[in-house]
Parts: sequence; C-alpha cells; structure tokens
Amino acid sequence: MTAASPTLPTQRIWNQRAIAPWLFLAPGLFMFTVYVLWPIIQSITLSFYDWNGLYNKDGQFTGTFVGIGNYAELVSDPAFETSLWNNLKWLVLYMAALPLGLFIAIFLNQTVTGIRLYKSLFFFPFVISQVVVGLIFSWFYAPNFGLFYLLTEVITGQGTAILADPDVVTYGIIAAGLWPQIAYVMILYLTGLNNVAPDQIEAAKLDGAKGLKMLWHVVLPQLRPATFIAVIVTVIGALRSFDLVSIMTNGGPFGSSRVLSYYMFEMALGEYGFRMGYGAAIAVVLFAIMMVFISGFIWKMWRDETER
Amino acid sequence: MFPRPIQQSTPLAQWVYTIALPVALLIWLFPLLGVALTSLRPASDLAQGNYFGMPSGIAWENYIFIFTQTPIGQYMMNSLWVTIPTVIGAVSLSLMTGFALAVYGFRGNILVFFMFVAGNFVPFQILMVPVRDMTLNLGMYDTWYGLALFHIAFQTGFCTLFMRNFIKALPFELVEAARVEGVSEWRIFWFIVLPLMRPAIAALSVLVFTFIWNDFFWATVLTQGVDSQPVTAGLSSLNGQWIAQWHLVSAGSILAALPPVLMFFMMQKHFIAGLTLGAVK
Repeated sequence: MTAASPTLPTQRIWNQRAIAPWLFLAPGLFMFTVYVLWPIIQSITLSFYDWNGLYNKDGQFTGTFVGIGNYAELVSDPAFETSLWNNLKWLVLYMAALPLGLFIAIFLNQTVTGIRLYKSLFFFPFVISQVVVGLIFSWFYAPNFGLFYLLTEVITGQGTAILADPDVVTYGIIAAGLWPQIAYVMILYLTGLNNVAPDQIEAAKLDGAKGLKMLWHVVLPQLRPATFIAVIVTVIGALRSFDLVSIMTNGGPFGSSRVLSYYMFEMALGEYGFRMGYGAAIAVVLFAIMMVFISGFIWKMWRDETER
Repeated sequence: MFPRPIQQSTPLAQWVYTIALPVALLIWLFPLLGVALTSLRPASDLAQGNYFGMPSGIAWENYIFIFTQTPIGQYMMNSLWVTIPTVIGAVSLSLMTGFALAVYGFRGNILVFFMFVAGNFVPFQILMVPVRDMTLNLGMYDTWYGLALFHIAFQTGFCTLFMRNFIKALPFELVEAARVEGVSEWRIFWFIVLPLMRPAIAALSVLVFTFIWNDFFWATVLTQGVDSQPVTAGLSSLNGQWIAQWHLVSAGSILAALPPVLMFFMMQKHFIAGLTLGAVK
C-alpha cells in the first residue's frame, strides 16, 4: 500500500468504473431498444389507428386515428372470440406437459446401461423445428392412411380426420405441441431430480415414506425451482402457438383452430388484407395476457435477487 | 436418489424395466420414425396404398429429387447465413451486457436486467408490424442480414440473462484483485472474465443455433423469396406445392431437422446446461 497515491488517478479509476458499465451495455441495449422495446410502444400506438401498411408518395404515414375503434370491433368479432377461447384451451391443456414430463423424468432417472442415450432420444422432439413437428403430426393425422386415423377406425369403427373437424381440430394441434413441450419439461425435471438431496430421501425412508408419498412430500418441494421454470416455459409455449397452427391447418377448418397469434398475423399480413391497426390491437391483447405471467416471473426474480 | 434405483428391486421388476425402456421410446418417437421411414419409401408404394407394409425398395431418390428439383439446398444455406451471424452477434453482445450487469453495481442495474428478461418473453406479434415496417424502410426486407439483425437483438435478451448469472457465479475476487493491480476495466473483461466464459459461450451458441434454425415466424414475416428464405419457411412453401406427396414432405422434414439434431448430439452437455439454467438452486 503506497501512502503517496495521488488523488487524480483514483478519480480517473472511479470515473472509468462509472462509465464502463454503460459502454459495455451500449451495443446490446441499443439493439434491444430498436428491435424490441420501441416496437412495443409503436404497436400499442398503432392499435389506435386504421392503417393498411402503406405510405403516401412523400413517405408519410397514411393511417387514420380511430381511438378505441379497433378494440370496440374486437369485442364483437366472432373470430377473435374463437381465438381467445382456443388460447385458453392451449393454456390449460398445455399444463399437462408438467405431470407428463415429470412422469417420464422419474421413469428415466435410473442408472442402467445406455440410459444416457435414452434420455437424449426422449428429448429429441424438442430439438426439432415446430414446422417439422407440425408436418409429422399432419402425416400422423392424415385421413384414410394416417396412423391416428387408422387407430380411431379400429377402435370406433369409423376413422376421425382430426384436422378437418372443427370441434376437435384444436385438441389435435395441442397434442402435437405437447410432444416437444413434454420433452422440455422432462429435461428440466431430470436435472432437478439429479440434485435432490440424498440425505433427505434417506431420512424420509427411515420414516417409512415411499412411492407417491415420498414424491409429494419430499421430492416435489425440492423440485420447486424446476417446476417454476417449467410453468413459465409452458405458458409461453402455449401463447406462442403460431407455427403449428400455421403449418397444420392455417387456422381452419372455417377458422376454428385460430389462436390470437395466428389471427393477428392473418389480419395484418394475411389474405384478409393489411389491417395493421387491427392486427396491432390483437397483439396488444395477447401482450396484456402475457404480461400477467411476465410480471409474476419478474416479481419472483426480484424477490430472489433482493434476498441474496 | 428418487425413485429407488432399479438395481435394488426384484429381478422381475428389473426385467420389466429393461423391456419397458425400448418399448416406451418406440411409442414416444413413433411419429418421427414413421416419417423417417416414409422418406425412404418409393412414391409407387404410396400410390398403391402401401403406407406401412414392406417397402418395395429403399428410395434414396426421394432425397436426390428434393435436392435436384427443389431449392431445399439453397434454403438450408440461407438458414446457415442467418443462423451463424446471429449466434456470433447475440453471444458477443450479451457477453458485454452480462458483464456490465454482473460486475457493476450502478443505479438502474436491476431495472435494465429485468427489461432484458421481460423483453425475452413478449409475444412476437407485438413486434411484428413495426419490425417489418422498419426492415422494409431500411431496405433490408428479404435479406439474410435483415432477419439476422432482428434475431441478434431479440436473442440478446435471453443471452444476457444467462451470461449475467454465469458471471455472477464466478469468484468476484478475481475482478477485485485485478483492480487493485490497476488493470483497466476493458482488460479485466477481456483477459480475466472472457477466458472463463467458454462453457457459457458453448451453451448459448448451441441453444441460439437451434432456436434460430427452427424459427418460422420471423422467417415468414421478414423474407419471402428462394434467395433468402430459411429452410423452415421454405419447407412450408414446398409443402404447399407437394400436396399429399408424403415421401417428399417427409424427406424435406428430415433434412430440415438434421442440423439442430446433429448440433444437439455433438454438444449435448452444453445444450442441456443452457436449457436447464435455473432449474436447480
């Protein structure tokens, strides 16, 4: 320690330390602001306009302000109502990924030869693009020769073309979405199970706990971080269900498998013309729903951060 | 360990488990296996209704056909052109943002951090119209860089969360010791923290590669032609042309799925480490 350290360099170091974080943040923050934060504000603004996506020859915005007109129209739009209901179905049924993923994780949490390969292969569906998953299931459901169709034919005597039936089509797509989602949840739980404290298991065993009782009272509480992440990614997966709907049915038959994310795309860029403002209003509704979950997540993170 | 190791069970239970494993896997991957087999089935079999019986031969020509008669090769190159710059860009940016948020206790730190995290979860649709509009205005619509720039920005959110937590877990004394020595902040980042980030960089690279390769929504919104469309969007438009030609659809699907699958198998450990971040305390 030198006593003669002059004040000037110290000050410079402090300045450096105050400026450095912002310099490090600058490029990432700039990109994120331009492509994520600012567009959110723009979309919300746009949802109060009627706009076909075009500019006039002077490069000026051609939209007209309609106040809450788009939202008022949404309320009485049957297609919007269908989409909203379907989103709810997605949200509720997607939660099945949690128990099913946990079940597979428990099934695979053994140390036998080749188990590593089994775990990887069970995880497989998650690595594949949703476009491919959609095509795979379209083939699986295909009328007349699809395996699912044949299966229903054997069981009920009459084949069901699930993607052509407005009453069940959404369930068919959700089942396709669950396939990779279960794999994702499984891997989260496998990691969690790996870290369950062995001494607690032993102690519970001495108390006579086993099977389901052990799972419920001893293992599940320790899996809480995994469960939390699983819920978050499953909710987000359910609300982002664009790819499968687009690949498998294009929202049909008769618009019965639309979800908000797909309906928004249809309105803004699809064959119904370029109703950007109306599309933006649908996106804002979806965003509001998602915000409920995002806030919950941030709140929990904030609690964890401040506890430390 | 939960459940009880199977080795401690009765021989019968062990025997049942040994049988159940491959059977369960077969059922689990059944749709995928079906498609893989269909991709090698001659078109004539399908025409005669022979979907699941013995194929009359192995039809590699399905793959040759889609490579020579359709732009699938071009689509896959386009995917690479979008994916690789995105991986490099998002990982580089987030190394810096992650470092800033993990090492400095400036005012607003937690706010900036949460903003990155929250932004990562927003529905794509709320960004769609403005991002498409901006990309059009900048003359970057239907180009690989227009798509890659958006992906870099969006992935930076998730990557920042990851990098920041990773750096937080490093021993902070390293940074402090360097500061006492008078090492500049940039050199601390470059020579002390960066060399320790290899596992995080590997994990994020495979994850981002997979996410971007598999992206369909933005590919549809920001590109349209054969010259720049990635393979997901390309496959979707080919699917429209190949109505009910399942041998071709299957072969295309298998090809599109292959790169992320290979990536996963090569980098499995890193992939899972990245994906299960936060699943254990």
